[in-house]
Amino acid sequence: MIAKFKSTYGSGIEPLTYAGQNYMVVDRSLIPEILQAMRNEEQFDYCVDITAVHYPKREKQFDVVWVLYSFSRNERIRVKAQIFDGESILSSVPIWAAANWLEREVFDMFGIKFDEHPDMKRILLPEGWKGHPLRKDYGILQQDNEWVQINLGIESGQ
Amino acid sequence: MTDSNSSLSHLDLETPEKPFLDANELVINMGPQHPATHGVLRVILRLDGEKVLGLECVIGYLHRGVEKIGEHRTYTMFNPYVDRMDYVAAVSNGLGYCETVEKLLHVEAPPRAQYVRVILAELNRLASHQLWLGTHALDIGAITPLFYTFRDREEILKIYEKYCGARLTTHAFRIGGLQYETYNGFEREVKNFLSFFRPKIDEYEELLTTNRIWVERTKNVGIISAKDCIALGVTGPVLRASGVKWDLRKAQPYANYKNFDFDIPTCQNGDTYDRYLVRMAEMRQSVRIIEQAVEGLPEGPVMAKVPKVMKPPAGEIYHSIEAPKGELGYFIVSDGSTQPYRVRVRPPSFVNLQALDLMCRGQLVADVIAVIGTLDIVLGEVDR
Repeated sequence: MIAKFKSTYGSGIEPLTYAGQNYMVVDRSLIPEILQAMRNEEQFDYCVDITAVHYPKREKQFDVVWVLYSFSRNERIRVKAQIFDGESILSSVPIWAAANWLEREVFDMFGIKFDEHPDMKRILLPEGWKGHPLRKDYGILQQDNEWVQINLGIESGQ
Repeated sequence: MTDSNSSLSHLDLETPEKPFLDANELVINMGPQHPATHGVLRVILRLDGEKVLGLECVIGYLHRGVEKIGEHRTYTMFNPYVDRMDYVAAVSNGLGYCETVEKLLHVEAPPRAQYVRVILAELNRLASHQLWLGTHALDIGAITPLFYTFRDREEILKIYEKYCGARLTTHAFRIGGLQYETYNGFEREVKNFLSFFRPKIDEYEELLTTNRIWVERTKNVGIISAKDCIALGVTGPVLRASGVKWDLRKAQPYANYKNFDFDIPTCQNGDTYDRYLVRMAEMRQSVRIIEQAVEGLPEGPVMAKVPKVMKPPAGEIYHSIEAPKGELGYFIVSDGSTQPYRVRVRPPSFVNLQALDLMCRGQLVADVIAVIGTLDIVLGEVDR
């Protein structure tokens, strides 16, 4: 499967493996096609998880990770894309309906927008919260004090 | 409320020919404080009389930032935090986390530790399903199963208390195995519990399975097809009740589950009654597994050789287990230091709760309560 992708897309895909788990690093521009092909041709019909990792010191700061599983092949694979801060990525909601809340959470925690998502807004944090907590430049004790003071009526959440 | 109206616009509803602000349509808030939402869950219902046209869940009331905390604690320090997510089935959370970090460290827990882990994890599955049965039946209106299941659940909690000192948030496992050797009489007590518990499952079934009111309230309520389950990423008993015979303990075995002989119960219709039957059958299978594990408990050490200061080599691992609620996954990225770089928990309840909208379309308000109960969500896990 990886060989077939490699021959079609050439340098846009880099297959790797660690501790017996396979994953591919894919160029951002190829992501919609690859994910569509994973679902339609390779039968990865179950989107397990969509998440992101923040590497502030790298040029392409965010790693967006899709964890996919195929029932028929009993195989799990990860697809990673590296994007710049402020870049957005095409939503996979048309491919897997499970992506809806998973992408909302990535947006909530990291600030990565997903284009053409039906309902792109915060899910865990209140609407109107400023800041994206799971970024590395957000402090562990930091809170959006303005929101807390307006909505909860107390000085600070600490 | 205007905010919620505009945010419901993405729902694909069959709008009546009459204009929007019709007296027939009602937007009602099932607020975070509600006795039947299993925690702080807010559901905004859009109703036509008593029929549900669509709903939207607002979550995040119990968000504690567990993933952020994970980046500021060492691997062993983070272990107790993991129990607090799905606080009903704390042992499963610990199992998933410890196994993932063990994979990062390239160690494996010794066989005795794995057998004891299976015993405690399956006891946890029984405890979680019992709590589910009690609260689900209570939401629908049957009060007796609550007392029966909580009384029997006490026996499991007593075993946990004797083993690790805590009943609910047990912190039972350590990275590399177990910290405590099983106490004197552990096997005898587990065997006594099994012989005490086996007729209890029959007792619960006698109360509910052929009960006319139960069948009326749960048959054809909250139907979800197998195709929708897979598309929405729903796992666990909900998926199995829709006909997909898939269990991570069989498909991708972990912790020596391949040594045990058990079945995967499935049902065809995918309604609430089937989910009830699947969970009852799962309880029976868990009893079978515990029996086999106690019979075959090997001797040996309970802790593998792990360094005191854990610095896993840089890399990332995704590992998931079959928690009582579904597929619980951990995605841990290590950068070679003593603290994880990123801990991502893939909670089964979060992904299962997405399906609530689809399952409640066209049903009555009372069915919404039944479906929330049958999805078996724990808000600690949904919000983390």
